[in-house]
Amino acid sequence: MRLTRLLKPFSGRDWGIHPDDHKRPAADAPLRVMPLPARLYLPVQQHLGGAARPTVVVGQKVRKGERIADAQGMVSAPIHAPTSGTVVAVTDITAPHPSGLSLPAIVIEADGDDVWGTLSPCPRPFELAPQTISERVYAAGIVGMGGAAFPAAVKLDGAARARVDTLVINGGECEPYLSCDDRQMRDFADEVVEGIRLMLRATGATSALVGIEDNKPEAIAAMRTAAAGHDCVRIRPVPARYPMGSEKQLVQVLTGVEVPAEGLPADIGVVVHNVGTARAVRAAVVEGKPLVSRLVTLNGNCMNAPGNVEVRLGTLAEDVIAFAGGLKGDGLGLARRVLGGPMMGLQVPHWRVPVVKGTSGILALDADEAAARQSHPCIRCGRCVQACPMGLLPLEMSARIRNDALTDAVDLGLKDCIACGCCAYVCPSRIPLVQYFVHAKGELSRQDRNRLRNEATKRLAQQRTDRLAREAREKAEAAARRRAEREAKAAAKTDTATAGESA
Amino acid sequence: MNPLTQGAATVASPHAHGGNSVARCMLDVQLALTPATLFGFWLYGWPAFILWVGTIAACLFWEAVCLRLQGVGRVRETLFDGSAALTGWLLAMTLPPWAPWWLAVVGGFIAIVIGKQVFGGLGQNVFNPAMVARVALLVSFPLPMTAWISPLPLHALPAPELLDSLRIFLGAPIPDAMTSATWLGHAKTELMRGVDLLQVTGSDTAPPLPWTGLRAGSLGESSAVLLLAGGLYLIVRGVISWHAPLALLAGLALPALIGHSLDPARYLAPSVHLLGGGAMLGAFFIATDYVTSPNTRSGQLVFGFGIGLIAWIIRSWGGYPEGMGFAVLLMNALTPILDRFVKPRVLGRDRRGRPLDLPEREGT
Amino acid sequence: MLAAVSSLALLGAALGLLLGAASRWLRVEGNPIVDELTDMMPGSNCGQCGFPGCGKAAEAIIDGTAPPTCCPPGGKPLAAAIAAKLGLTLDLTTVADEGPKVAVVAEELCIGCCRCSKVCPTDAIIGAAKQIHNVMRDACTGCSNCIEKCPTDALAMRPTPITLQHWVMPKPALHYRGMPCA
Repeated sequence: MRLTRLLKPFSGRDWGIHPDDHKRPAADAPLRVMPLPARLYLPVQQHLGGAARPTVVVGQKVRKGERIADAQGMVSAPIHAPTSGTVVAVTDITAPHPSGLSLPAIVIEADGDDVWGTLSPCPRPFELAPQTISERVYAAGIVGMGGAAFPAAVKLDGAARARVDTLVINGGECEPYLSCDDRQMRDFADEVVEGIRLMLRATGATSALVGIEDNKPEAIAAMRTAAAGHDCVRIRPVPARYPMGSEKQLVQVLTGVEVPAEGLPADIGVVVHNVGTARAVRAAVVEGKPLVSRLVTLNGNCMNAPGNVEVRLGTLAEDVIAFAGGLKGDGLGLARRVLGGPMMGLQVPHWRVPVVKGTSGILALDADEAAARQSHPCIRCGRCVQACPMGLLPLEMSARIRNDALTDAVDLGLKDCIACGCCAYVCPSRIPLVQYFVHAKGELSRQDRNRLRNEATKRLAQQRTDRLAREAREKAEAAARRRAEREAKAAAKTDTATAGESA
Repeated sequence: MNPLTQGAATVASPHAHGGNSVARCMLDVQLALTPATLFGFWLYGWPAFILWVGTIAACLFWEAVCLRLQGVGRVRETLFDGSAALTGWLLAMTLPPWAPWWLAVVGGFIAIVIGKQVFGGLGQNVFNPAMVARVALLVSFPLPMTAWISPLPLHALPAPELLDSLRIFLGAPIPDAMTSATWLGHAKTELMRGVDLLQVTGSDTAPPLPWTGLRAGSLGESSAVLLLAGGLYLIVRGVISWHAPLALLAGLALPALIGHSLDPARYLAPSVHLLGGGAMLGAFFIATDYVTSPNTRSGQLVFGFGIGLIAWIIRSWGGYPEGMGFAVLLMNALTPILDRFVKPRVLGRDRRGRPLDLPEREGT
Repeated sequence: MLAAVSSLALLGAALGLLLGAASRWLRVEGNPIVDELTDMMPGSNCGQCGFPGCGKAAEAIIDGTAPPTCCPPGGKPLAAAIAAKLGLTLDLTTVADEGPKVAVVAEELCIGCCRCSKVCPTDAIIGAAKQIHNVMRDACTGCSNCIEKCPTDALAMRPTPITLQHWVMPKPALHYRGMPCA
């Protein structure tokens, strides 16, 4: 071990970083199930794609698992009531998002009965048609549970259409601090494997590769036991390295094939799903249960009792923390509130934000962990270049963005950046590189939107000019016609008069 | 400007940091330089120490002046991030150990003001500030810049006391008996006189074998072995990568090996090239300067090899006995071009930046 | 000496002729920057600048008869972009701009008189006579032409709400060394 560390600088290409994982003791603490909170706040947008449209009205009674918002558009997911109760409001709440902006949410007051509505379990799920499986996944509102929250059924359908042959299951959980996937695999390995087999059926893939970082030996052992007897599910330990759980990196490590830029893993016959998604798929297909709860890791130096908690969707982070033992010194020394992992998670302004489908962690970081320091000038040490798992030049891109040369940054590969945070993590000058890249991407899409809007405005203005011209012309024509008619009538009159006279 | 981007102090991920900092890098480099520097003090006595202090002080002084003129708020913090001190240290390692005070002050001015601050300060300079200063001093003041001292421990004469040393630093003439030539300088003079190298290395007048370090030269010249050790420490600590140093040493040794085997009377042996002159200092401490070397590993390989090759050419055929400084500056000038053309391959793209072709798959 | 002087003189004369000819033959009709500027402007020809349409305003800005800040719907971002394009220095703090705005109809006040929809340069106001009007947010350029036409003060300009989809991560503040970075 010591020798490998000494020799490390001499080894070959070395993407990514090896951060302190801070996973234990939270990963080893037994899973706790949080009891029902009084109120649940369900944002209509918990996934990538179009926001769901509420189908309930204030005052309506809902039962657990009842659909309360419909999917809208091609890429979207419905939302279900996590418990039985009454819809008390459809109102704006603070989004689990760094902007601190609000978004509409359905507020449900729990009645405490927590009774399921009518479920349609399926005793023999492996006899279902692939299409039926993905329909059930769609109806259950399942999204990627790793954090990106991409609707799972859309991915399954796409994979089936692209005729993928390999299903890669992401059990990497490379983000430091997080251990909810680890817990998922340790405690529910059988359910996860069954979910994987269902996804194999839905996609038509022939084998599943489950990549688990080798810092989770318990999870690897549990999954191996569960997968024994299922040749199609292979457990593959991968070296612990951040960002191993990133789609492109994991696919490359497990299959040896690179996903082409601007493409999807499906282009090379692979589809990637998270272990949490696999378990949710099983619950949806076998038991007919929609996605109404998830595992969340509570961690960080300010957390009294780090560990994993099963939480209803819509529970406020505040309530989860209170249940799990609260913050040390009532939040004294708390420097940053983060939803998700420390590398890619979102900073939130306060704890009154709900747990949504993609929330994998609630982190209460102290000043040392958050490492908020003043940044210094870039010394061009090139550490970010070495760390970048995509092979980009973060220092060059950020210098361009600092001077608002966004197109230059795009030429350097800004669109390939996955915002994993490796560059900022290793930067000795503590330059907020990721913030530059996220800003630039947002600014570029804003410019795109503005351009489209400008074009639309010009088109509308032109249409109006044309319309006014047409109306004026038509008016003139109508006037001319009427005049002509009048004259014709007058002429006819005189004609008939003359005719009469002549007759 | 854009109201959509205005908001509270929002911070993007990551919410963690590896703990590395500029000051820590600089500290590590200084730590790696320490053994060689102490050895140099032992070799050349108090004057070398006073010169070392003087050069660093001069660099810090000029840095402070520049920062003040630019109206920078926190002068103290920037001043002691270690970069100016390191520049001064490296410059001191390349000066003749008994050089007078004004060389230190002028050198500090050239390094910090001309070499660094006029480019925009830390991280903006194209050329290595210490090398700019050394080369400018060498070209402007060739005499004091080549007044080398033979190692005191080998000498019959007593080493100068602290007060005498101060006098030397303030410009008192150095006794002729103390002076000597560097190994490379000696070889070059003899070659120019038409004496072939076989005779030079065999004669009694030759300075002792280079590898012990007991010889005339600058602090960064004599203690090659200690500098090598310091460099290896930096590599193991992850402060520098091995690419530029190895390529530099290879760029120096390979042509030397070829030349020496073809004509030993005309070309020095690779070992002399590697251990003599500024090869080790250049390889591990100058060519690895973050700011002025390429960002990519492959770029660093080209960069290092170029320095080695140019240094060998200057040493073998040029007018100067040592060409490391010139070689570094020449390759510094090439660094932006190397950075432009030697880029890492983006995952999922080919070298030209186009997306990879889709592999042939059955059924699609 | 003579040869040098004469050859230089000859060279100068030849080059001068060439330049003169080029300026005649390769002359560009119209000012290309007018088109570029017109493209940058909102394009709704709302007339708030006092010129008949965005093209004329662009010409006026280039002539110097109108300031780059003359376009209210474009606001600060447009003024800054024009100033950058023309190389002008601009004190943006004097521009009253609270961000993009859209017209909003107060439904309880609207009497359906259709006066507002007639002046809207982009036909963004819908509603027939005696029907409550509404503003299509995406089509409204924020020119506020309609505001004064409303007899019941039912129309008001409101800042465009910032949504999660439109939010942009702020650029990192340059706080190191207190040095200007450009």
